[in-house]
Amino acid sequence: MTEELDVTGQDSDGGSEEVVLTPAELIERLEQAWMNEKFAPELLESKSEIVECVMEQLDHMEENLRRAKKGDLKVSIHRMELERIRYVLSSYLRCRLMKIEKFFPHILEKEKTAQEGELSSLSPEELVFAKQYMANTETYLKNVALKHMPPNLQTVDLLRSVPKPDLDSYVFLRVKERQENILVEPETDEQRDYVIDMEEGSQHLIRYKTIAPLVASGAVQLI
Amino acid sequence: MFCEKAMELVRELHRAPEGQLPAFNEDGLRQVLEEMKALYEQNQSDVYDRLLRIRALRWEYGSVLPNALRFHMSAEEMEWFNHYKKSLATYMRSLGKDGGLDITQDMKPPKSLYIEVRCLKDYGEFEVDDGTSVLLKKNSQHFLPRWKCEQLVRQGILEHVLS
Repeated sequence: MTEELDVTGQDSDGGSEEVVLTPAELIERLEQAWMNEKFAPELLESKSEIVECVMEQLDHMEENLRRAKKGDLKVSIHRMELERIRYVLSSYLRCRLMKIEKFFPHILEKEKTAQEGELSSLSPEELVFAKQYMANTETYLKNVALKHMPPNLQTVDLLRSVPKPDLDSYVFLRVKERQENILVEPETDEQRDYVIDMEEGSQHLIRYKTIAPLVASGAVQLI
Repeated sequence: MFCEKAMELVRELHRAPEGQLPAFNEDGLRQVLEEMKALYEQNQSDVYDRLLRIRALRWEYGSVLPNALRFHMSAEEMEWFNHYKKSLATYMRSLGKDGGLDITQDMKPPKSLYIEVRCLKDYGEFEVDDGTSVLLKKNSQHFLPRWKCEQLVRQGILEHVLS
């Protein structure tokens, strides 16, 4: 397959850049997004363009396989590849849904107060899903409470009762772009702040909070 | 022991002779309300925990739950489940251009294309590739494409035979 795909990315100034990717590069981007999402404790930016392009890619592959000669060895190999890509894509989307369901009041609160131009962590479809999930769960808890509890007790406050993502959890990463002067905050009061440089290609075990923006910018890859 | 404080307050009121009102036991009342709050919160987290398990069932069994499980669920839980699976279906349909993507499939990374399966229950006709179908009768064994069998394996209709 030699066709190339257009992926519209956004650079840090908010401007649009059109990036043309080969299918291989697209799948690599998908796998990177998948790993980052798997290992980050919070919901990362939505990568709708990648999802859309991969879906298109899968359709093309499916079409090619349907037209191919039966029994051709290449068919088996392409089918394996298609399955593998579909697995990664499904896993990526599942991972996001699980986080949305786990942290829904906080995620929706963040969407409400998001600034203009700030990249959303939810795709439009995910936002619909999140809102429905919230409404559904609130209704359920209210119905159960009304049925069984006397009315003088407090109403459900989901923002308080549903835990927030633990941004202090440790993650493994590999550095893609050299970083200088990363401020590392101490864990205990006895320690002091210190700065580190991160060489390209080096690997680190570090608190997620310290490097969260570097994941978003693509400077580091979670592993 | 829960409710002891509440019982004590009630007993205090009963012990007072007719017509007399004992002093308002603010402290006692506060303790009882705190206990009620703790019980309520505990109950809430149990109730929420059940909800998370019901959600897991959608991913484990598919959109049709086995009867045995349905009997264990309250009417409200059933309603929540129905809304959840509708919401999930809408989301999955919205992925990509047409049809969408069923992300409740492909739960494990693919190891091989075809797998050996044994049929545990009578299922009937099952369409495989390009129109051909197999008859899934109890105890029959088949060599089928892995991706087609996944959900049936999870529902307990097929069993993956590992030689």
